[in-house]
Amino acid sequence: MKKQVTLIKEYTKGIWETNPVFKQVLGMCPTLAVTVSAENGIAMGLATTFVLVFSSFIISLVRKLIPTQVRIASYIVVIATFVTIVDLVMKAQFPELSVALGPYIPLIVVNCIILGRQEAFASKNSVGRSVTDALGMGSGFLLALFMLGSIREILGSRTILGFQVMPNFYEPWLIMILPAGAFLTLGLLMGTFATFSARKKRIEREFILKKHTSSRQIISATEGGAE
Amino acid sequence: MKTVVKMIVTLSLIGIISGGFLSYIAAWAAPKIEKHRKEATAKAIFLVQPEGKKYESVEKIDFECYKVLGENDQLLGFALPYEGNGFQGKIRLMIGIKDDLKEMTGLQVLEQVETPGLGTRVTEEDYLKQFVGLITEPRIDWVKGAAPDKSNEIQAITGATISSKAVVLIVNDGIKKLRSIKDSGGKL
Repeated sequence: MKKQVTLIKEYTKGIWETNPVFKQVLGMCPTLAVTVSAENGIAMGLATTFVLVFSSFIISLVRKLIPTQVRIASYIVVIATFVTIVDLVMKAQFPELSVALGPYIPLIVVNCIILGRQEAFASKNSVGRSVTDALGMGSGFLLALFMLGSIREILGSRTILGFQVMPNFYEPWLIMILPAGAFLTLGLLMGTFATFSARKKRIEREFILKKHTSSRQIISATEGGAE
Repeated sequence: MKTVVKMIVTLSLIGIISGGFLSYIAAWAAPKIEKHRKEATAKAIFLVQPEGKKYESVEKIDFECYKVLGENDQLLGFALPYEGNGFQGKIRLMIGIKDDLKEMTGLQVLEQVETPGLGTRVTEEDYLKQFVGLITEPRIDWVKGAAPDKSNEIQAITGATISSKAVVLIVNDGIKKLRSIKDSGGKL
């Protein structure tokens, strides 16, 4: 039996420990392609989260009814249904955003984060846990896309969410809104994340080591006293 | 055998449910999407024909084109959505031209995927305003690096020559198409 973790942990792991973009390196196509602005990043993140949460909900609900041989086909149909809903709603309600994101909305169908979570999580866990997991992964994806989009927009077009934040004398770095800028920013962010988690691990290790040494000291002290 | 039946039933059921659900959403979204498309077209038409008050589609031709009418329903000119190849992908333009096809009234870019910051400058006002009042005969030309001295020339954007040229070529093509219909005695 697998160790049960708390629901909060189930949510936060998607944001930090197993962040889909920075740690699992999944869903790179939309991550790199649409993050020319913070707004695009948010829109893509929200659309993906919506599809992820609802697909996880449906899949975990019917997980015991789907024969294993056709599970991938079933997941894809469910995912494609929600992606089409997002695409149509976006075209109807937010036409400008839909033009900006272009073909990347229909491409959410093949985003490996979504299929990955269905196969690895939703098909084996309860509805509540699956939805929490999907929300966490979605938040992590949204956060990553927002960070990438903001950095690229600030450096590449002087603005964030359309508001100018860099002074006029600052010459925008065109490369940041070109495809190469996506790779540069992603690499730097991944490096930063890796540094932080390495430091966190080191601190934890030192803490355990210290506890260990101090308890040994206590033991040897008491032993010494007994003699 | 039992598994086969179960597989078929499961997949069919999922397909039927999602299909039914989607057709419901599509029926809701279709009129809204159509409305946005029409609004975008109307906006572009009145930008390239600022004096226009209303427009109607030209009948009996095999491409999209609009007649633009003025205050007293007199014909001011045409608005022609036309597309061609840009630097990286298709550029779709709305060409505004007077009814004699000799002078342009404006130009708008409807869709493009040019290089951000370079080719995308063809969507900026500084470039597009050169087309207002531009003479289209014998054809539109471009010059590089200097201000144009003929009334049928525009100045290409430095760093975006290919995109600037592409726009001019698309405009020329579109006007040629209108002209050939007019010359062959067709009604526009």
